[in-house]
Amino acid sequence: MVTKSKNKTVQWEPADIKAELLKKYPPKVARKRAKQIMINEALENETPEITANVRTTPGIITMRGCTYAGCKGVIMGPTRDIVNLVHGPVGCSFYAWLTRRNQTSPGPDGANYMNYCFTTDMQEQDIIFGGEKKLEAAIQEAYDLLHPKSIGVFATCPVGLIGDDIHTVTANMKKKFGDCNVFAFSCEGYKGVSQSAGHHIANNQIFKHVMGQNDEEKPGKYKINLLGEYNIGGDGFEIDRIFKKCGINCIATFSGNSTYDQFASAHTADLNLVMCHRSINYVADMLETKFGIPWIKINFIGAKATAKSLRKISKYFGDQELIDKVEAVIAEEMPAVDVVQADVRSRTEGKTAMMFVGGSRAHHYQELFAEMGMKTISAGYEFGHRDDYEGRQVIPGLKLDADSRNIEQLEIEKDETRYNPRKSSAELEALEEAGYKFKHYDGLAHDMDKGTLIIDDLNQYEAEKLVEIMKPDIFCAGIKEKFSIQKLGVPMKQLHSYDSGGPYAGFKGAVNFYNEIDRLVGSRVWSYMQAPWQKNPQLSATYGWE
Amino acid sequence: MLLRHTPKEVMERKALTINPAKTCQPIGAMYASLGIHGCLPHSHGSQGCCAYHRSALTRHYKEPVSASTSSFTEGASVFGGQSNMLQAINNIFSVYNPDIIAIHTTCLSETIGDDLPQIKKKAERDGLIPKGKYLISASTPSYAGSHVTGFSNMVTAMADMAEPTGKKNGKINIIPGWVEPSDMEEIKRLAKMVGVKIILFPDTSGVLNGPLSGEYKMFPDGGTTIAELLSTGDSIGTLALGEWCSADAARLLDKKHKVPCSVLDMPFGLKATDRFIDALRTVAGVTVPDEVSVERGQLVDLISDMHQYFYKKKVALAGDPDQLIAMTEFLVSIDMCPVHIVTGTPGKKFEKRIREITSGMGCEVNVKAKGDLFLLHQWIKNEPVDLLLCNSYGKYIARDEDIPFVRWGFPILDRQGHQYFPTVGYKGGLRMLERILGVLLDRKDRDSSEETFELVL
Repeated sequence: MVTKSKNKTVQWEPADIKAELLKKYPPKVARKRAKQIMINEALENETPEITANVRTTPGIITMRGCTYAGCKGVIMGPTRDIVNLVHGPVGCSFYAWLTRRNQTSPGPDGANYMNYCFTTDMQEQDIIFGGEKKLEAAIQEAYDLLHPKSIGVFATCPVGLIGDDIHTVTANMKKKFGDCNVFAFSCEGYKGVSQSAGHHIANNQIFKHVMGQNDEEKPGKYKINLLGEYNIGGDGFEIDRIFKKCGINCIATFSGNSTYDQFASAHTADLNLVMCHRSINYVADMLETKFGIPWIKINFIGAKATAKSLRKISKYFGDQELIDKVEAVIAEEMPAVDVVQADVRSRTEGKTAMMFVGGSRAHHYQELFAEMGMKTISAGYEFGHRDDYEGRQVIPGLKLDADSRNIEQLEIEKDETRYNPRKSSAELEALEEAGYKFKHYDGLAHDMDKGTLIIDDLNQYEAEKLVEIMKPDIFCAGIKEKFSIQKLGVPMKQLHSYDSGGPYAGFKGAVNFYNEIDRLVGSRVWSYMQAPWQKNPQLSATYGWE
Repeated sequence: MLLRHTPKEVMERKALTINPAKTCQPIGAMYASLGIHGCLPHSHGSQGCCAYHRSALTRHYKEPVSASTSSFTEGASVFGGQSNMLQAINNIFSVYNPDIIAIHTTCLSETIGDDLPQIKKKAERDGLIPKGKYLISASTPSYAGSHVTGFSNMVTAMADMAEPTGKKNGKINIIPGWVEPSDMEEIKRLAKMVGVKIILFPDTSGVLNGPLSGEYKMFPDGGTTIAELLSTGDSIGTLALGEWCSADAARLLDKKHKVPCSVLDMPFGLKATDRFIDALRTVAGVTVPDEVSVERGQLVDLISDMHQYFYKKKVALAGDPDQLIAMTEFLVSIDMCPVHIVTGTPGKKFEKRIREITSGMGCEVNVKAKGDLFLLHQWIKNEPVDLLLCNSYGKYIARDEDIPFVRWGFPILDRQGHQYFPTVGYKGGLRMLERILGVLLDRKDRDSSEETFELVL
């Protein structure tokens, strides 16, 4: 298969593009994919239905990873003082070792296991005779060597198949140690249909085993948790900087540069901010039900979005002191952003982008591109669910299929002693009447233009076709997609791990992103694809010697 | 400190591996498969394996790495993966149309006992493999051996494709082992210089070091062709470079088709390259041209010119057995002292070979197969070294202990060049020494006082 990128000529109709994407598939695959490719109608609160969170078709080169990747790699990976021990053959632990670019700072206590990779390195005899003994010994060795506060154990595929009871092993070790919380995640790679199931499993276990363990009151007037921010390239550090400046106290971040104690104290916060809706909305819901903490959707990707999110926080607390402080911070931060934005925009205005990442980033980053005058012509998630596309109003109607049913759903009830509604119902109503929205997310389709293409679980073949037909000025996805796109002469930005850049969140992050995209789309390298003799293959004259 | 929790005192660990010096079999099989022209590697397991292997290879090469997966769900894990595999074969030939699919297993499909040869027969019976297309498979359980074993198993599956015609092809098979595309190119160049016709398999040159030209080829121009693989049974003989990576495939050709084989070390450094060139000229019955001797002489010249900077310098190394054996020999041959040597790959012969190579060196040597980088770091804390050779993960040790560091092995995630510049052969030896000298002399310059800082080194 050879594809050559040519200059923009034909403006395609979205329906034609869709047909072109499906053309080569066997009929069964084409029927399935047709439901995952949606031509956006951009209607208020009512979008066409898209099929999402369904199995990937075997043999189709998917962008997706597995449940283990979602659990260990995404959610638990960035916690710095929990020893993350992977029970399985060596590979799964190896590949998730420092590859996601989560940044950490050891902090005053100095614990930081981020740079380490712990595994039981299961061998054939462990598969045949069971790996529980080895797991137990490995936990003991980790404890003897490091004396951590907590050890998290992650199951890889064979563990579930051979029936190792990791939860009993960890419970016994926890009891034995007394001063180390040992718990496990049944996040075998074959569960669910993507990383998404792993997020859910991680959330459940952290909720069950760690949250609510520390009731000690944390200092601060405006206490929040930031959910679904993983400190890739230092995003979390930039958001922390802004919070600090505003006087907002972040009790826990889930889970960029996080600690065990942050999770244990999260229930003492007064508001939950949901950044990545897909990976973490479960925790926000559970914290509300059990402890009475309301949650709102925010987004710190984009300078305007950051300002909007900060105002949303100050409005919730309703304290004039905070409202003024937030306004002062925005006023102080924005001029530097505006200067770079105006300069960069003069070169990026009118350019087009595509993004296929995650469960939220394909939505959030559209804000940043819009600030640069760039239009998103096609987007989709790797592991999103329908609510991430169409909005949370579809949740009650979602049917549990066989793959979702095997992921535990926790039944949460009010905590008898610690449930404490942070706002009275009158206060909540007043806020809602003034247009304030709790537990609300409109999804990606809502913010995209009519006629744009929204594609779930995009694969390599479709990506290549889309680029070939629509010729975006930049394409965003992950490392596996990066170089096949760039071979076509189209710049590609990784939005999972940011290539080598970041932070891109907050005000400083926006500036970094403008400059990065300016660099990518304006790079001289894209003009070097052909050598002089390839541009003019026919010799028309002999060389004129001086 | 990045590795602030690593104590100096070594505590014996029986169950816990920390900072592994190996990864799992399937990634080796995937890398080997990419060295066949027109091949789509396929991972028979859950899709995370394939995603991780593609990501790791992509980060190492900065090149597209296409591979498909059976995308197991819980259902497939219970009922077996045959249905997923058959669907995958049909989809792959419809959508991507490779010349050959090279399937490897994973711990998941091995644990449930999926039988790939049987699934292949079923696919043939069902007419899912178009005429003229091939499907090969290797069993690569992640819970045995390492990435090196997986590589070897897939290379053995390639050797198993041989269909001898009975008429000799006048060529020598060379199995290069897990080396870089640049190294494979260099082996071809050397063979051409010596005047020997070869079949090199696998061959990732032209696949994982491709040009940027505005054109994307899912199946790049490089790679060993299927015709070549079919023809390996007609070759005069096989040179297998490396016991761990290449010997099994060579022995299979010997056993099955009476193609005699010789297992050599990987040609890293002076002596191993000497043995490689000598073997080449002997099996082919040719005279080595002067150009090759000149290249050799240049390497000897550099060793002699800069010997004072190598002499008695202590080195710690981590990597894979075949590479470590040859590199340790190279370091000893220039009077350096490799004192700590770790591989994560099992194999009793490894420690024995390293002991033999380092026996006359006159200092204590720590060596361990099935070791890890945590142990290597602890050894270094107890007996500091002047140089570290390791994959990119070594940079955490190098920074904490302030050791000059040369990136070498797999994966290299933070530097470039391994795709383009070889480490094998005499030219590769020159490059290796240039890099070692670079970090040693940078260190000397950094640490010299103003009085002792010198222009001429």
